[in-house]
Amino acid sequence: MSTKDEMRSDILTRRAALAALGVGALALSGRRVQAQAGKPDEIKVGIATYLSGPASVFGVPARQAAELLIEELNAAGGIAGVKLRPIFFDEGPGVDHFVAEYRRLVQSEKVDLMFAAISSADCLACAPIAEEMKRPTLLWDCSTQRIFEEAHYDYVFRTIGNSTPEVLAPVLYLLKYKPNFSTVAVVNQDYVWGRDSWTMFKTIVERLKPGVRVVAEMFPRFGATDYSSEVTRLLATKPDVVFNASWGGDLDTFIRQAADRKLLERSLFVLPLGESSLERVGKSLPPGHIIGARGDHWFLHPSPEDAKRLAAFTENFRKRTGVYPIYPCFHMAQAVFAMKAAYEKALVTKGGVWPTDAELAAAFKGLQFPSLTSPVKIREDGQGLANMLVGTTVADPKYSFPILADMVVFPGEMVTTPVGKSSFEWLKTLEPDILSRVPQPVTSRG
Amino acid sequence: MGWLGDNGMLLGLAMLDGLSYAAAVFMVAVGLNLVFGVMHVLNVAHGSLYAIGGYAAASLSLFLIARGMPPWLSIPSLVVSSAIVGAILGPPIERLLRSVSGQEEVLQLLVTFALFMILEDLQKLVWGVQPVVSDAPVKLLGTIDVPFGRDAIPFTSYQLFLLPGVALVTLIGLAWFLRRTLAGRMIVAVTVDREAARAMGINAGKVMLLTFTAGAALAALGGALASPTTSLVPGIGASTIVLSFAVVATAGLGQIEGAALTALMIGLGRSLAVYFAPEFEVVVPYFIMVSVLLVRPQGLFAVPETRRI
Repeated sequence: MSTKDEMRSDILTRRAALAALGVGALALSGRRVQAQAGKPDEIKVGIATYLSGPASVFGVPARQAAELLIEELNAAGGIAGVKLRPIFFDEGPGVDHFVAEYRRLVQSEKVDLMFAAISSADCLACAPIAEEMKRPTLLWDCSTQRIFEEAHYDYVFRTIGNSTPEVLAPVLYLLKYKPNFSTVAVVNQDYVWGRDSWTMFKTIVERLKPGVRVVAEMFPRFGATDYSSEVTRLLATKPDVVFNASWGGDLDTFIRQAADRKLLERSLFVLPLGESSLERVGKSLPPGHIIGARGDHWFLHPSPEDAKRLAAFTENFRKRTGVYPIYPCFHMAQAVFAMKAAYEKALVTKGGVWPTDAELAAAFKGLQFPSLTSPVKIREDGQGLANMLVGTTVADPKYSFPILADMVVFPGEMVTTPVGKSSFEWLKTLEPDILSRVPQPVTSRG
Repeated sequence: MGWLGDNGMLLGLAMLDGLSYAAAVFMVAVGLNLVFGVMHVLNVAHGSLYAIGGYAAASLSLFLIARGMPPWLSIPSLVVSSAIVGAILGPPIERLLRSVSGQEEVLQLLVTFALFMILEDLQKLVWGVQPVVSDAPVKLLGTIDVPFGRDAIPFTSYQLFLLPGVALVTLIGLAWFLRRTLAGRMIVAVTVDREAARAMGINAGKVMLLTFTAGAALAALGGALASPTTSLVPGIGASTIVLSFAVVATAGLGQIEGAALTALMIGLGRSLAVYFAPEFEVVVPYFIMVSVLLVRPQGLFAVPETRRI
């Protein structure tokens, strides 16, 4: 072979190599493009919940509900054929730990989506981080109304109502159906929710029924084990209505101690979170008291969108845990259903191509998704519009605990602060005609 | 009529509430105080023993009732379950703490904190996270009406008689035991000067084991006595231990009668706050603690000691 030939051969070889490199690069690049367009191996979902501390009375049932629902979803093929993998983490150790875990799950575990959280403090902490890290985050249980009233987010959405409808609905129920009262008292846990919910209660009552007298305002410490002084004071001051927005062991203890001393026979109790305690306090809670459920979460909902779905979930949850599902289980279900609906919406929008994080986040705005009871809509500000169920306790021989009668399902639009307004300011503008729009009570078929 | 005339009856009610709350607080704090006196370890795991005592009492009571036993057995079962908890958990914990005695105080504190975390998880493993309650003793003893003007205020007999009664028996019994029996005097001797007690032939190890087991049983009894009125939930031990520390610090470490008086001050103070200044209810125990420690840094009843170099 001549030198020229050798040179040509070299050139050809180099050309061939360059060509091969180019084709290879194109092929690799094409594969990457194909991978982006295709489905991932799995959808990783970080789920923040309380697995320790007093709020684990909500966090653990919610985890059990998530496991049940995700198992069922995966058994049915997952979302568009992609299976889900939940990664649970504990809110118990506090906000700092929560924030560190949130970042770790996004950066190291590469979770596709986050469900956070039960604690309002955790939600307030993670919302800006979700925005910064551009990670779609569903606020699945926390109730603070401040999130979407004080800031704008593109990656944060709430799949439930918030604290305003959770207080407004029971108070409207009280004013409409049990209006013969002139004195009220409060016993709330001494933290933000306890204080804020009482401020809302007072604002609504002052606006719609002026002249009601507050005879006692008591805020025992969070986790108190003894309410004897509070109960005695209530027995001595005889309020017509006692408002108590406590939850978990605190509410159970208060109800039992009040029942032991016949306070529940003397005053009407309004318990916005009472649904979650009914099975535990059993017959201690007599008939006639007003119960809320932080949504329309009730296993004997009078008009669920899909009665079979609710009955099947209730049955499967009971089989797994031995107890009836309480509101955090319903909240978890709403987050799971919202996630599925958003992926499906985004896939349709993109003609079947797997959505990016930004596209998935965009799909949540205006999303309407089914729940175990009524459909929920996510507004343009990210806040969920969910119906609120309020009822009155009644004894039923079929159950070892009081169930709800005379239930009113408030439409979410009616009791939720409009977009762009502050809840506290909006409540001050309520007009008495809102009472004429309160739906008629119905009793469950359960 | 002046303020007292207007509020005299309310004050009377507040005293009754304060007394029962003080009894509950005393039962929680006395074991912690006793243990600190002898072992010089501030035992954070005391809160776990309180919680486990509560859960154990509720479980035993529910078990007895489920087996068709007479409901009155739920009352002695409070004491029996506490003794069992003390006997099972006291000795191994004491053994562990003794292994770090002589180390820095911070290390000892951290060990008890680690124990607290472990026992908290153990508690969740056994009893789960849903609130547990067994109110048979309260239901059994019924209520008693206390006159209030033309009205009557129902109090539970459990709150009005049983709780203060048990606290009083515990206080008198402990004071008698420590001052009038040989074992009690040995405990006092080890409390005052462990080295001198050893030099006089007292088996300090045995005394510490006995004291710690008794302290553990008292913590469990505090939880057991709370269980008929309180829903037991994860975290109940943590909130209890904070209040116990306030009582022990105010009373003076190792002071049994001091703990009783401090508990009474806290009970009455909190109860009065609920009636007349509810905003201060939460801070009352700590306000009392700070006020006392500003004047008497060693606590109400402790005698200042000269430091040995």
